[in-house]
Amino acid sequence: MKFAVIVFPGSNCDLDMYHAIKDELGEEVEYVWHDETDLSGFDGVLLPGGFSYGDYLRCGAISRFSNVMSEVVKAAEAGKPVLGVCNGFQVLTEAGLLPGALLRNKNLKFMCRTVGLKVENNETQFTSEYSKDEVIQIPIAHGEGNYYCDEETLTRLKENNQIVFTYASENPNGSIEDIAGIVNEKGNVLGMMPHPERAANDIMGGSDGLALFKSIVKHWRESHVNQA
Amino acid sequence: MSIKHEPNPEQIKEQKIYTQMGMSDEEFEMAEKILGRLPNYTETGLFSVMWSEHCSYKNSKPVLRKFPTKGPQVLQGPGEGAGIVDIGDGQAVVFKMESHNHPSAIEPYQGAATGVGGIIRDVFSMGARPIAMLNSLRFGELTTPRVKYLFEEVVAGIAGYGNCIGIPTVGGEIQFDACYEGNPLVNAMCVGLINHEDIQKGIAAGEGNTVMYAGAKTGRDGIHGATFASEELTEASEEKRPAVQVGDPFMEKLLLEACLEVVKSDALIGIQDMGAAGLTSSSAEMASKAGHGVELNLDYIPQRETGMTAYEMMLSESQERMLIVVKKGREEEIVKIFDKYDLDCVAVGKVTNDKMLRLLHNGEVVAEVPADALAEEAPVYYKPSSVPAYFTEYQAMENVEPKVTDYKETLLNLLQQPTIASKEWVYDQYDYQVRTSTVVTPGSDAAVVRVRGTNKGLAMTTDCNSRYIYLDPVVGGKIAVAEAARNVVCSGAKPLAITDCLNFGNPENPEIFWQLEKSADGISEACIALDSPVIGGNVSLYNERSGTAVYPTPTIGLVGLVEDLAHVTTQDVKQVGDIVYVIGETKTEFGGSELQKLVEKRIFGQAPSIDLEVEAARQKALLSAIQAGVVQSAHDIAEGGLAVALAEKAFGANGLGVEVTINGSATTALFSESQSRFLITVKPENAAKFEDIVNDAVKIGAVTDSNKVVITNVDGTEWINGSVDEFRSAWKGAIPCLLKSEA
Repeated sequence: MKFAVIVFPGSNCDLDMYHAIKDELGEEVEYVWHDETDLSGFDGVLLPGGFSYGDYLRCGAISRFSNVMSEVVKAAEAGKPVLGVCNGFQVLTEAGLLPGALLRNKNLKFMCRTVGLKVENNETQFTSEYSKDEVIQIPIAHGEGNYYCDEETLTRLKENNQIVFTYASENPNGSIEDIAGIVNEKGNVLGMMPHPERAANDIMGGSDGLALFKSIVKHWRESHVNQA
Repeated sequence: MSIKHEPNPEQIKEQKIYTQMGMSDEEFEMAEKILGRLPNYTETGLFSVMWSEHCSYKNSKPVLRKFPTKGPQVLQGPGEGAGIVDIGDGQAVVFKMESHNHPSAIEPYQGAATGVGGIIRDVFSMGARPIAMLNSLRFGELTTPRVKYLFEEVVAGIAGYGNCIGIPTVGGEIQFDACYEGNPLVNAMCVGLINHEDIQKGIAAGEGNTVMYAGAKTGRDGIHGATFASEELTEASEEKRPAVQVGDPFMEKLLLEACLEVVKSDALIGIQDMGAAGLTSSSAEMASKAGHGVELNLDYIPQRETGMTAYEMMLSESQERMLIVVKKGREEEIVKIFDKYDLDCVAVGKVTNDKMLRLLHNGEVVAEVPADALAEEAPVYYKPSSVPAYFTEYQAMENVEPKVTDYKETLLNLLQQPTIASKEWVYDQYDYQVRTSTVVTPGSDAAVVRVRGTNKGLAMTTDCNSRYIYLDPVVGGKIAVAEAARNVVCSGAKPLAITDCLNFGNPENPEIFWQLEKSADGISEACIALDSPVIGGNVSLYNERSGTAVYPTPTIGLVGLVEDLAHVTTQDVKQVGDIVYVIGETKTEFGGSELQKLVEKRIFGQAPSIDLEVEAARQKALLSAIQAGVVQSAHDIAEGGLAVALAEKAFGANGLGVEVTINGSATTALFSESQSRFLITVKPENAAKFEDIVNDAVKIGAVTDSNKVVITNVDGTEWINGSVDEFRSAWKGAIPCLLKSEA
């Protein structure tokens, strides 16, 4: 399976995503600069964390106009797995691939720590390697991770089982219903504030994030066997 | 010439306008003599900023010459953007620490942010990939709204810049003392990695080669910042807020990536950051180092504002700019790289062979000064020094114990002193994991960052107990280096080299100069004893507010090499039943200690003594034991003494406790700050081997599953008995509580 790591000006977790895939997962991966116009050669798309365009206007608001974003939309429509982490999640909401928005943390400060995440839905292609309600330890590092959506959207998210991760004990940023990560209705676009790529090797203090990437690869292998 | 309102050369001399730029009468005469004529306004500006203490080290040079700077591991000593040390396999570590004290006193967020930005540029201008940041901060007591504001904003500024650019802030230290109330210290350190073949120098060589300007546009911000940094702060300093620059970490991220692509090009001759004194220092220094001259046409400088004069452009300290020298005819290759990142990169001049820095503006030569005169020939002052009366008085004092009645209460109190208390409130705001290489995160003795693609790591720390240095600069200087090395050794690394940031008061005061001189002696001795030469650093003098100087604070930044990540050791106890050892004897030493400050509300007496031979031998033995795999956890005994260190060892381990039995007078045994001591835990089955390697280690107790810290006298008297949770919550809650902020 071949992954694209999208690099916007100001992305800074691109390297982390790249190495998690290459070194820990052992799959193919390439960096794709934001002005590229073709993602057809990739099986999955990863939007990394960072401060694209300095987050100066609103997180992800400028990145969504990058050339590559229309390709990301295409990939999502074609059913390829698209994962946005942290700033990548913000870009996905700005681009309309996921509902809602990320507001400033309730304490108005950037925070970096490892938090417990509860797997609310293990029936997605991103979470099949976890068990339901399992609590995993994943680092967060963000200033604007306070997920918000209106009542109607929230009801829909619940009805469709789109809430994938919630904060297990303390909610660090004030997000609605403790939401940490959601998928689109089709289930192939996941956005999450915590960084699974930072928990891919025990030397970094934990490897609970690796199963997320393994789930993606497993699903891809199975669906390709079925197609063949 | 577009002089507008600029005074003419005669007016500059007659009205002594140069004094407003920080030049003395003698210095102005020297400049006149060098030129053989009166300098014009722009030229006066060039001389004044390049001859400021910040750029020329004119007051500190005689002191800096004391430092040992050589060693087989040193690839680049002081003089370039940052020093470089070999770590084997064709790789090297690049690091430097720099101060941004004055700007942070006036405009704390931007002052701290641009301090971070500046030191990062120093590292990537060498061709290195920055992989970690550290800092060392000093504030007044966390009790006034002003100090809280400075503290919160400095931390936010460091976080804002470092998080955005994507370099993890992995460690640092913070101390609080009334002497820093009006003049906080903000020292930032950057560590980078480089392959030997990529090492760059800031030189403008090869006549006819092209001088290019890359990065952000030049504005009127930060004009004369270096001069401002070379004066004492006063109430009027608030008016100098325009001398504080504004940082743009996004711009710097782009500049960083572009520069690291550029250094791979063989079209590149030299590259240097436009830091203090901006265009002036980078062009004059690059020319001087290469033995060449540089001619700049200021019409081509990318400008953010209209109508800028030559003086303003040359003295601006706008951030995120680099000066680059490129082989003639190959400019386009370089422009293309910057284009990818939407950055300006334009030819602004050429390398000449006449050793002059020549500036053209609107078709006229507006300045013509020998580059060496600016970069190398600043006057050097040998300042008088004299022993302060307080020192003589303190040296004559006996070491006595501060009065303590309730030991447990005292430990709880000490754990809540902001200098000792948990800094989680601070590092929680720093992204310390980006680049996924941080093996030991903030909070242990030293941070450890792995070297990706190898099994090695780099341990790094910043340290300086300025109270000891105030009491005794020679001894305190030794302790600063020794403690930094201790932290690195406890993490499983061999110390490689240091960078220092010498923060002192006004050197015109002979007693301050004495502090500077003597602490440099102490630092130098320790560097030799611990085989860690000085590979670079920075000097920040005039750290005074309305006549009161800060404690002498020569911050040490030390980097060590972890040869195998399996050696990485942290301070937390690991397992029930492990044996607790103490290494080093405890004497009644309370001069400058936390307990003295707590009980007596002031510091006095003698600093703790240190024997560098003993220190070196212990560090060596401990590192051997760690490398032999027989050490479970290691922690040095520092501020607050053994009781604090022991409690800290239990804070990171869920449910575990420690029980030890020690002897001596309780106050001394528990809280003395005697040097060269460590607390170690070892598995019982490794005890014999450990004792073999570290033969002066003394067994004092064991790790328990009681979740308690219990310290008992050999006669059976219980000195301290409390739950880890109780101690931890005091230690963790202290700073948020003082700030009354949600954390």
